[in-house]
Amino acid sequence: MNIDAPSGNAAAFLQRYAGLADRLPGARVEAVRALRDAAAETLMAGGLPSRRVEAWRYTDLSPMLRAEFREALTAVDGAVALPPARAERRAVFVDGRFRADLSSLDGLDAEALADVVGDVAPRLNTVAAAAQPMVMLNTLLFEDGLVLDVPAGVDAGRLELLSVVSGETASTIHPRHLIRLARGARLVLLETAMSASGARHLHNPVFEIEVAEDAKITHVRVQREAESAYHLAHLGVRVQTGGTYDGFVLNAGGRISRSETHLALLGPRAAAHLNGAQLVADGQLADTTTALDHAAPNCASRQTVKTVLAGRSRGVFQGKILVRREAQKTDGYQMNQALLLSEEAEIDSKPQLEIYADDVKCSHGATAGALDPDSLFYLRARGIPADTARSILVRAFLQEAVEIVEDEVARDALEDAVTGWWNQHGEAA
Amino acid sequence: MLRIENLTAEVEGKPILKGVTLEIPDGEIHAVMGPNGAGKSTLSYALAGREGYEITGGSVLLNGQDLLEMEPEERAASGLFLAFQYPVELPGVGNANFLRTALNAIRRTRGEAEVDAMQFLKLARTRMKELSMPEDMLKRGVNVGFSGGEKKRNEILQMALLQPKIAILDETDSGLDIDALKIVADGVNAMRGPDFSALVITHYQRLLNHIVPDRVHVLADGRIVASGGPELAHRLEAEGYAGVLDEAA
Repeated sequence: MNIDAPSGNAAAFLQRYAGLADRLPGARVEAVRALRDAAAETLMAGGLPSRRVEAWRYTDLSPMLRAEFREALTAVDGAVALPPARAERRAVFVDGRFRADLSSLDGLDAEALADVVGDVAPRLNTVAAAAQPMVMLNTLLFEDGLVLDVPAGVDAGRLELLSVVSGETASTIHPRHLIRLARGARLVLLETAMSASGARHLHNPVFEIEVAEDAKITHVRVQREAESAYHLAHLGVRVQTGGTYDGFVLNAGGRISRSETHLALLGPRAAAHLNGAQLVADGQLADTTTALDHAAPNCASRQTVKTVLAGRSRGVFQGKILVRREAQKTDGYQMNQALLLSEEAEIDSKPQLEIYADDVKCSHGATAGALDPDSLFYLRARGIPADTARSILVRAFLQEAVEIVEDEVARDALEDAVTGWWNQHGEAA
Repeated sequence: MLRIENLTAEVEGKPILKGVTLEIPDGEIHAVMGPNGAGKSTLSYALAGREGYEITGGSVLLNGQDLLEMEPEERAASGLFLAFQYPVELPGVGNANFLRTALNAIRRTRGEAEVDAMQFLKLARTRMKELSMPEDMLKRGVNVGFSGGEKKRNEILQMALLQPKIAILDETDSGLDIDALKIVADGVNAMRGPDFSALVITHYQRLLNHIVPDRVHVLADGRIVASGGPELAHRLEAEGYAGVLDEAA
């Protein structure tokens, strides 16, 4: 392969890789180098997905592929305004690089990926599949990330994971986060992705999360990046017997944002919550895509995803649930609902149930509609002004998803993000 | 004083109110009775300003203010209250929050100080006790999972909190058992006074045994065809609408 003269729609990324290959973390670790080179080769041959690829049919990446970015490999160590802390422990990444000076990880077995990439190389792309386009792009260029291990039986409490894009230049960042909970461990991971400026950037995080027997992680993501940003996240999750992945993704920023979760329930009594909400304003597209693999009996999955669309905007929900033949007594529930505040808004919703076991309970539903005029009138007839009444009903619509989150601090973070979005876009809606 | 003069209204292009004239002085309770399809609910929605109820003529003045020029929320702020025949369920909207938002919205436009959460809770608890409402109804979603009687009591609770000048009770008796009916009637009677008037819209006379009206009007085919004292309601109960309507015609 001649990576010095890349072609295809991923050429810009390949070119960057060609320039950075010797400086990226793990450049001298053979296993890492091999993964990156393999990703480069595949991208060179096939490129990033176009809308002809079924999984990307509703989310057109071409604006992102046409956009120009600059590398952000050089770590900035300047001051950056951070939001108030929501937890005692905090891992802060600025422009994709771990900032020890801004973080506090006392008592946690946590490292920056760039420091330990040689040690963790065997774990890369074991939970997230290398063939997934956003994993591939991340493999090519990952520069840092959080490596966190919670030992058996330990309740690690709450950890904030904060990603801030600071610069005025259009940069791309590709963090790789490796998180592992040993048997019976507990963790609440509260993630916020935000932009300190309005500059265009690409944030392409990949999570590889392993939940061992009877362990439980609550993973709440609040994505509120700049309206010009591209946020393309991939979460790979494996849950063992009796373990729980309790996830919530809020997509509330970015020109194009996609959160794709691939989760496997691998032992009996494992459970998954893949809840979320998307707040989409004029000119934006938000996509929640999930693939849930019920590979063991007596597992439960719950999914409620709500999308609010204002102006000329698009929302995408793709929810696949695979129930394998051995996954008897599966209890699955999926609901996705869209609230369209404008006639120019559009939602594409694709629930997909593939069931091979014969003794399962699986239900799913999808709705899309405008605000209910009867409800609006009821509120106004009580003296509540029309704009306040709309705000109450939009929040009520989202509330059904947000209230599922048990962790109070995480719920507050979600509610604050909803408030912020509504203050900015509610009037236009 | 609510003064309705020659009010005409249509729904989906169909004339329903064909010239309603009605005057409710301060401090009085009037009943509007009528057979199904007479236009009773249209009258209440037209007064409250619901979309889709098009006013084609006439006027409605509340204490001299032109009600028809106002948005629904402005009518509420001016002192009009509609107790819905079918109260709407609002999942995700907490009842306490809803009640306090409404109360403060109205207090704001009246130039009164807003009540904070503690003050509100105290106020609401007192009113709820009077209406025999369990306190957990504050925590639930607005009308969500409420029985028919609970929904109607929630309407009366809203009325008691918002302290309107005039309340329109749209078939508030429908779907109520006798105990709930008494509680609702007590709630309305407790509001009686020189500054409160009400328009009680009902198909049956039984509610009027508990809320004794000053005047009774019969609405048929979009017009008031007969008016009288409380005895008119008893006549309707005894003779049915047919008898009274024949006489009026």
